[in-house]
Amino acid sequence: VAIGMRTRDMSPLIEPEVAERVLRRALARGGEFAEIYAERSTGMTMAIEESRIESVQSGAEEGAGVRVTSGATTYFAHVDGLDPADLERAAAEAAGALHGDSAEPRPLSAVASVPHPIERRPSDVAAERKAALLRELDERGRGAGAEIAQLIASYAEVRREVAVANSEGRFGEDDRTRVRIGVQAVARRGEAVETGAETLGGHRGFELFDGDPGAVADSAARKALTLLEAGPAPAGSMPVVVAGGFGGVLFHEMTGHGLEADHVQKGASVYVGKLGEQVAQPLLTAYDDGRLPNEWGSDAIDDEGTPTQKTAVIEEGRLTSFLYDGLTARRDGVASTGNGRRESFRHLPVPRMTNTYIAPGEAEPEAMIAEVANGFYAVSFGGGQVDPATGDFVFGVTEGYLIEGGRVTRPCRGATLIGNCLQALAAIDAVGSDFEVKTGICGKAGQRVPVGTGQGHVRIQAMTVGGTEV
Amino acid sequence: VIELVHRAVAAAVAAGASDAEAYASEDARREVRAHGGEVESLTAATQRGIGVRAWIGGKVGYAFGTDLSEAGLAKIASRSAEAARVADEDEFAAPPELPVRLIPDMGGEGAPELRDPSVAGGATAEIAELALAVERAALSADSRVVGVEQAVYADSAERIAIASSTGIGGEFERSSCYAYAQALAEGGDGRETGLGFDLGRGPAHLDPVAIGREGAERATAMIGAIKPRSRSCPVILDPTVAASFVGLVGRGLSAVTVQRGRSPFAGKVGGEIAAAAFVLHDDGLDPQGPASSPFDGEGVPHRRTALIEEGALRTYLYDSYAARRGDATSTGNAGRGGYRVQPGVAPSNLLVERGELGFGELLRAAGDGVFVTDVAGLHSGVNPVSGVFSVGASGRAIRGGELAEPLREFTIAGDLVSMLRAVRAVGAEPRWVPFGGSVSTPPLLIGALTVAGS
Repeated sequence: VAIGMRTRDMSPLIEPEVAERVLRRALARGGEFAEIYAERSTGMTMAIEESRIESVQSGAEEGAGVRVTSGATTYFAHVDGLDPADLERAAAEAAGALHGDSAEPRPLSAVASVPHPIERRPSDVAAERKAALLRELDERGRGAGAEIAQLIASYAEVRREVAVANSEGRFGEDDRTRVRIGVQAVARRGEAVETGAETLGGHRGFELFDGDPGAVADSAARKALTLLEAGPAPAGSMPVVVAGGFGGVLFHEMTGHGLEADHVQKGASVYVGKLGEQVAQPLLTAYDDGRLPNEWGSDAIDDEGTPTQKTAVIEEGRLTSFLYDGLTARRDGVASTGNGRRESFRHLPVPRMTNTYIAPGEAEPEAMIAEVANGFYAVSFGGGQVDPATGDFVFGVTEGYLIEGGRVTRPCRGATLIGNCLQALAAIDAVGSDFEVKTGICGKAGQRVPVGTGQGHVRIQAMTVGGTEV
Repeated sequence: VIELVHRAVAAAVAAGASDAEAYASEDARREVRAHGGEVESLTAATQRGIGVRAWIGGKVGYAFGTDLSEAGLAKIASRSAEAARVADEDEFAAPPELPVRLIPDMGGEGAPELRDPSVAGGATAEIAELALAVERAALSADSRVVGVEQAVYADSAERIAIASSTGIGGEFERSSCYAYAQALAEGGDGRETGLGFDLGRGPAHLDPVAIGREGAERATAMIGAIKPRSRSCPVILDPTVAASFVGLVGRGLSAVTVQRGRSPFAGKVGGEIAAAAFVLHDDGLDPQGPASSPFDGEGVPHRRTALIEEGALRTYLYDSYAARRGDATSTGNAGRGGYRVQPGVAPSNLLVERGELGFGELLRAAGDGVFVTDVAGLHSGVNPVSGVFSVGASGRAIRGGELAEPLREFTIAGDLVSMLRAVRAVGAEPRWVPFGGSVSTPPLLIGALTVAGS
């Protein structure tokens, strides 16, 4: 067994010989496929509130999950610890309910993949330096205006080393480090209270903060202060211009989830039967790209050992691909798109997005707004949710503006935007030439994974804005 | 497990902590997912972990891990002390003092029975059959049900122990289970989904047929749904939706969020914040409550606390930090989401007192309005600091005091305090709901909320 590309500075998670033994054990009572996924994760978080460093916390966990599939059923067991005895116990437990003849796993060979490069390991940076970063965010945010009454900033780092081996002979390894900061500012004026939030994160080391991390605090504070001037958001259906960056949550909810093959195969997606069809105007092209260098939602391999890839999901308005993990790909007789992801060794992989974005278009953001007689300009976002089966989705806007006579006028407090996937996607009539990817945490089937969302400005002809001003 | 936490406390003190607390859990979990008449996945697992909170004077640090060997514990303990050294001094930070009355144990007098021995003990074939039965019930309830995206049964049996250098030490066992089905119905020109669920201490408490039928009924009820007209009108929240809002209110009543200027309920104790019809308690000892246990996440005994009565806010929820800072007594509301997270103020079980009106009478009281059966986007559409919310919704129109056409793709908006004041009536049939924490609530009739649709 040849295992290359090892870049770790710790002992290997799992020796190939051990993996082969565990796989043999997992298939000892039958089954067509077996897999072991091993993981060691270490992390640290801290926060500042009331200008005081607190909630300093560190964690270390390691364990493995073993699955065996037989017919339509997946048997899954996981254990804490990575001793060979732990792994064999998991394999025996996963195989426990099977009663067939043993099958032989194929010899392992390594998947060629290179972890995303990390310049400065967060674990090598002194905790005091991280505390200093938070103090800088606190000072910057509070310095933005006397009306900033409260500020919370948080720092998180996590390193996940993973190794995955399966009975088809795949052996993949990855070493993933992510860092992220977030700031929430609270502004007060008399009885009025408003909040603003901003984050910065990446599949990167501490070098992510080499630039001007204080800008994150400036941005959060600016949003909160702006909203002090805001009036109620309008209620009703109107044209909406969505700003770039985290505005990509729009596409994530409106289209991304509905393209995950598990929903599609169960008939629980409005995109069933739409492959190859024109679902959007030709000006729209979109990707899921797990390879974007050092991006928040990127990994070298997915959690089944499949190298991540760039998948065009919509090309010039035509639906071109669903997003697959190994199981759903086998069912459809296609190759996995490298979207098999899991929260940890305690979870089964399911098809998940990585970094999903609408590619930059040709429109100038100013012109996109100027063409709207009366509408809503959504600038900051809280997140969203979708029911892929019905296609109904929501998209939380925390900072918006009225568009009146082609001009951006007064600021509006937050409002949820609601729409239906296919209608809203087809109603996108302009895509801006600007572009940005932002960090998000996506929840599905009880599992949370880091995802990137991106786009430039996007205009939707009509969407329901859920304000209070009827 | 209790021995483990005592050892961890000693290790943290040896590593330089002036005080320490350890929390450990050990659990066995099972989950069955059924689809298309077959078991899609079967998961069985056990897990253990420990979290150690260390104080060095008023500086607090936390560390957790799964390596429970002697060396592993020492490492976790020393990391907790290291973390404390990084933190800034907080004059109110200290472990809870030994409670006046000792922590009751599981078998103690008056302690609720939290353990159903059939959880984790029974054969997996039985729980697989339960998930399959839920799916069958949904499919056979109505010919318009074309599938079930997922029928799930899951249970867990856990043992939790906590100890501190200030003399706290206790342990309990608890079991829980739930089942749900997400039914798909077809009709009109689209697909609709409906969730049916139930929860309890053990599988014998679950009725798979009722769960499947509820999913089917909720899905078929939505067939042919249209957008409502934008307006302000009376709104009935069904218990699953009411629970989400009650959970938001409960979190806003955390004394820490009040002390730190992050609650819409700041400065309102003793004041009128709700209609008299809306009565709310926190009760960590309720025999049916999913979150019930003898003590909270830092070992302080659970109790029943009146939060809103006669329209007035009686008290906030306190853990020992907030109590020290607010010159109050802990209400036993140190919540704990497992060994990976530090304790923080959180409701235990929230209970809305039942009212007088059956569902039909609630509809008549509403007259014309909207019955909301589902909401979406609570995590992104609610500002917990200001209490302002705007969330996606679906449900049924209410016309002439009766349910009318199904409605979808609209939002409801308002703010939490105004909404509590606008509660016009409370239904007579409460239900336990796992959304928004652990909440038991009947349907609520709100006098007016803004509905945005067409």
